[in-house]
Amino acid sequence: MKNRKRYIALAVYFVLLMLPIYWMLTMSLRTNADILSSFSYYPKNLTFTNYIKIFTDRAWYSGYINSLIYVTMNTVISLSFALPAAYAFSRFKFLGDGQMFFWLLTNRMAPAAVFLLPYFQLYSTVGLIDTHIAVALAHCLFNVPLAVWILEGFMSGIPREIDETAFIDGYSFPRFFITLFIPLIRAGVGVTAFFCFMFSWVELLFARTLTVTNAKPIVATMTRTISATGLDWGLMAAAGTLTIVPGALVIWFVRNHMAKGFALGRV
Amino acid sequence: MEKWENNKAWFLVLPVFLIVAFSAIIPLMTVVNYSVQDIFGPGNAVFVGTEWFEEVLRDTRLHDALGRQFLFSGLVLLIEIPLGILVALAMPKRGWGVSASLITLALPLLIPWNVIGTIWIIFTRPDIGLFGVAVNGLDLLSVPFDHTARPIYAWITLMAMEVWHWTPLVALLCYAGLRAIPEAYYQAAKIDGASALAVFRYIQLPKMRGVLTIAVLLRFMDSFLIYAEPFALTGGGPGNTTTFLSIYLVKIAVGQFDLGPAAAFSLIYFLIVLLLSFIFYQVLLNVGKGEKR
Repeated sequence: MKNRKRYIALAVYFVLLMLPIYWMLTMSLRTNADILSSFSYYPKNLTFTNYIKIFTDRAWYSGYINSLIYVTMNTVISLSFALPAAYAFSRFKFLGDGQMFFWLLTNRMAPAAVFLLPYFQLYSTVGLIDTHIAVALAHCLFNVPLAVWILEGFMSGIPREIDETAFIDGYSFPRFFITLFIPLIRAGVGVTAFFCFMFSWVELLFARTLTVTNAKPIVATMTRTISATGLDWGLMAAAGTLTIVPGALVIWFVRNHMAKGFALGRV
Repeated sequence: MEKWENNKAWFLVLPVFLIVAFSAIIPLMTVVNYSVQDIFGPGNAVFVGTEWFEEVLRDTRLHDALGRQFLFSGLVLLIEIPLGILVALAMPKRGWGVSASLITLALPLLIPWNVIGTIWIIFTRPDIGLFGVAVNGLDLLSVPFDHTARPIYAWITLMAMEVWHWTPLVALLCYAGLRAIPEAYYQAAKIDGASALAVFRYIQLPKMRGVLTIAVLLRFMDSFLIYAEPFALTGGGPGNTTTFLSIYLVKIAVGQFDLGPAAAFSLIYFLIVLLLSFIFYQVLLNVGKGEKR
């Protein structure tokens, strides 16, 4: 009885959570004139023109490809740099470890607006403007510290005896780390990858500042829907709906890892 | 767990330090540079000392924006953290419901921030948006709901959007913390005849401290720096009633191109976030340590 009440409350919450997304979906299946002329709970005249435009116009679909490229790069870079560092923080006491840890976190705290100009100058100087790697590197600023933080939690949950036994058995550190230790926290890596993917995927300011055309992300392309006649709501909604798809696919494939990772807990 | 003392661990941290420092230190120094100079053009700048800082600190519009920012972030933490904990407590512990809940929770987090603002514009429109129509359908308000009309409605809309968008993050993190509690703890509590409230207070809450630290800090930092969503939804209006610090900052930096004051403002802004985050971090790290058994 108590459980049933709890699940009903949870179901209500989930329905509320889905409402704005449902609204975006219905708008994406209507024409602009239809959206603005009348209120309706569901699309009465179903149309796919918004989606067809996105899939046939290079300016649109290349935005998704660019975003996917730099987000993937960022996730891979963040994880491969953060894994050894998280191990160091979870296993060792060293000079300035606490300060270093907090300094990493401070990189999430700067207001982006004024920093964008120096960013542009810095990446111009090293010749990376309008490349995918530039955005991937810039996003490391906030993703690497978060990855270190989350992974450190998972690693601290693994008893140190495992490391000691492996070293007695004659494992070198790199071999132990890659073949034994990382598989142990596989689920934690999955959870971390999800967070890196998510924060890189939704970020707008850096991605827009560091790209021109070749690496222009979908979030920047979407500002195109604002034209002289006002917002093209249908097209915007279709593009917005499609931005959820890659992330939803990622979660779908790692859902068991995530469930397991969350079961391991110790984030 | 006791840690090994070994300064060679620095070699494992060094790559992270370098990759973050590449993007962090040079831009930060450049902003410091801007903040003490009056820049007329390339290669034409005059050192002005602390003039910009004094000007910014005296700016009353900035004080108002700072007040609004504190109110906003405070409300965000007060609503999202308890709500997130409740959702995490209600989530199923095994079976297909786990994956379903995790995926549902993650969906709002995957929408780009500027799109979130734009969706909520139409979602809350009083004529064609579900939220606006539903609220007006209840017919409780003396003035019809329209977030562009009255400051209080703009705030309600912003808070609804913010809570909708970010509570799932808190819930996901708390769920992870809850799942880490060994079953033995619950069995022991059952034998002792502990109430649900006592289980929460003495087992679940202390065990969630780590994830709650992450959740509180992330939510504090990100809500204090919020830009894209309110900019898209209200543009800071009506009037200046939803002009938060970052919106005001962009007005100075991009709108008026006052690089000096904007840089000084950024540094003060950064220091406020830093100081408060440090306090949160220390408090959450140390709270309840004495009663640990």
